[in-house]
Amino acid sequence: MKSSNFTKPIKILSLIVLLVGLSTSSLFAKTKKDFKIAWSIYVGFMPWPVIDSQKILDKWAKKYGINIDVVQINDYIESINQYNAGKFDGCAMASFDALSIPAAGGIDSTALILGDYSNGNDAIISKTAKTVKEIKGEKINLIELSVSHYLLARALELNGMSERDITIENTSDSDMVAAYGTDDVTTVTAWKPQVSEIEKMPKANNIFNSSQIPGEIMDLFVVNTKTLKDNPAFGKSLVGAWYEIMDLMTKNTPKSKEYMTMMAKDSGTDLEGFLDQVKTTHFFYTAKEAVEYYRGQKIRDTMKFMAEFSFNHGLYGEGASDYSFVGIEFPNGKVVGDKNNIKLRFDDTYMKMAESNSL
Amino acid sequence: MRRVINQIPAKPTNLFLNLLPFLLIILIYTFSSNEMTKENPNQKILPSFEKCATTMHKYIFEPSKRTGEYVLLNDTTSSLKRLVIGVTVSAVIALVFGIVLGMIPYMNSLLSPLVWTFSLIPTMAILPILFIIFGLGELSKIVLIIFGVAPIMIREIYQRVREIPIEQIIKVQTLGANSWQIIVRIIIPQILPRLVDAIRITLGTAWIFLISAEAIASTEGLGYRIFLVRRYLAMDVIIPYVIWITLIAFLMDYLLNKLNYKLFPWFGKE
Repeated sequence: MKSSNFTKPIKILSLIVLLVGLSTSSLFAKTKKDFKIAWSIYVGFMPWPVIDSQKILDKWAKKYGINIDVVQINDYIESINQYNAGKFDGCAMASFDALSIPAAGGIDSTALILGDYSNGNDAIISKTAKTVKEIKGEKINLIELSVSHYLLARALELNGMSERDITIENTSDSDMVAAYGTDDVTTVTAWKPQVSEIEKMPKANNIFNSSQIPGEIMDLFVVNTKTLKDNPAFGKSLVGAWYEIMDLMTKNTPKSKEYMTMMAKDSGTDLEGFLDQVKTTHFFYTAKEAVEYYRGQKIRDTMKFMAEFSFNHGLYGEGASDYSFVGIEFPNGKVVGDKNNIKLRFDDTYMKMAESNSL
Repeated sequence: MRRVINQIPAKPTNLFLNLLPFLLIILIYTFSSNEMTKENPNQKILPSFEKCATTMHKYIFEPSKRTGEYVLLNDTTSSLKRLVIGVTVSAVIALVFGIVLGMIPYMNSLLSPLVWTFSLIPTMAILPILFIIFGLGELSKIVLIIFGVAPIMIREIYQRVREIPIEQIIKVQTLGANSWQIIVRIIIPQILPRLVDAIRITLGTAWIFLISAEAIASTEGLGYRIFLVRRYLAMDVIIPYVIWITLIAFLMDYLLNKLNYKLFPWFGKE
């Protein structure tokens, strides 16, 4: 019979599919042992390569019986996109990007570590203007929809202006320094190390910088919430290693100097250049300070600002009707935005463990 | 004979086979997109066709809140303007230099090493230098296309000029034609259809440089939009834009081919 000829291979095929499906799903059911995290070059992220190369993370991971692979990604946005696509379990990023990329994309993410906030790293620099009010009518070169764009929006807001008063030209960060050297460009918004290079050029007025909105541009270490929930060892290892190096950085020992020099080298500068960047970065050196910040009012206001900015600039996509589309949760149970769609969690559980030395 | 190399598909089978790979791609995409959406309804990596359509509807029919312009139309016209100017200027340069290098030995000695050297420079590598010379505005975007495309075209035209049978040129000289007449009456008419072909071949390269230029510094354009929304992984914009760019490129190629047939019906028939 013809039909039996046909059904036989189909039966075999479905059996194979079933077997493959079963075996892979049983693989997934096992506890995960190997994790991958990503980082890119920015002053606040520079402890990560040292944690990796000096085997500090290995030590902590071993304690909890897991492996964590640390990967450097050259392009910052690409590192976040890769995390978003599930290629990494964690990634270092700014709070602004954590909200507009993974959280808005439905990836439930936890801000495991509050690393620092920019306290002057991000700046508006102009050849012509001396104050923010004077940039009215100017063309500003910056990376659109980035932290720089947010900084500019805040600067305009604080001076009673809006984005309608200026024109924005999207410019890639790697070309920012060269761009400032051309006649077409009068004003840029960028971050360090580019800002340091631009300030060395003639006619460079720093007319506004992130030290005027302290605490707003935060840098986090973000992990996938589900992965963290299933594998607390992953969170414990990362937080343990992070605060070990934070502790070291505050001590004035030869070892801390050695580590800082490594960080400088990894970010393509010397110790002096790196310390200059550290000066305009407010590191949360102790877990205690970070936990307090997570529980305060300031972070909630800031995240609400960012949510409004993200919605107004279309970062929440077509599905969103207002800024509350994404829910942002804070440790004291307070939520900004939709309680039924919580996608970004400022969770201090692990930092508290570090604070009480129970890791 | 019944051998696989002799089996020719009938017309409807041919059409079906033509479309099959595309259908398969769409099928696999739809399946994967559905699977991902089931897991995470807000996922942005593989948006459904419906989502792409709603987003594009907005981009096509609704003026942008910030500028009041129709986004897709605005992006398309500004990109096409850059591309057409860049390619046209390149074609004119290629025609002039290709013929001069191919026909005048003294000019060949003077210029060909320079043209050869320039055609070997990877254009993207000298980008910072182009910035300093031409600034960051429209000019530098068009210059980037010209730098990337013109040297390739010059080499192509030069080759085609060299291929013109020497007998023809000797013959018209015996009839008393001077250098100018030979170039205008013999060379140019034979080179023009080949120039159109050269444009067709280099259009792909021109697109690459256009998109790269718009990725670097821009306020509008097809490449600008893709690199802008890349920041928040808006595949519902990127995928339709890529399809749109492919469609425009296909149409341009098709029209240039038709133009060649129409203007030079004798070409390619010998």
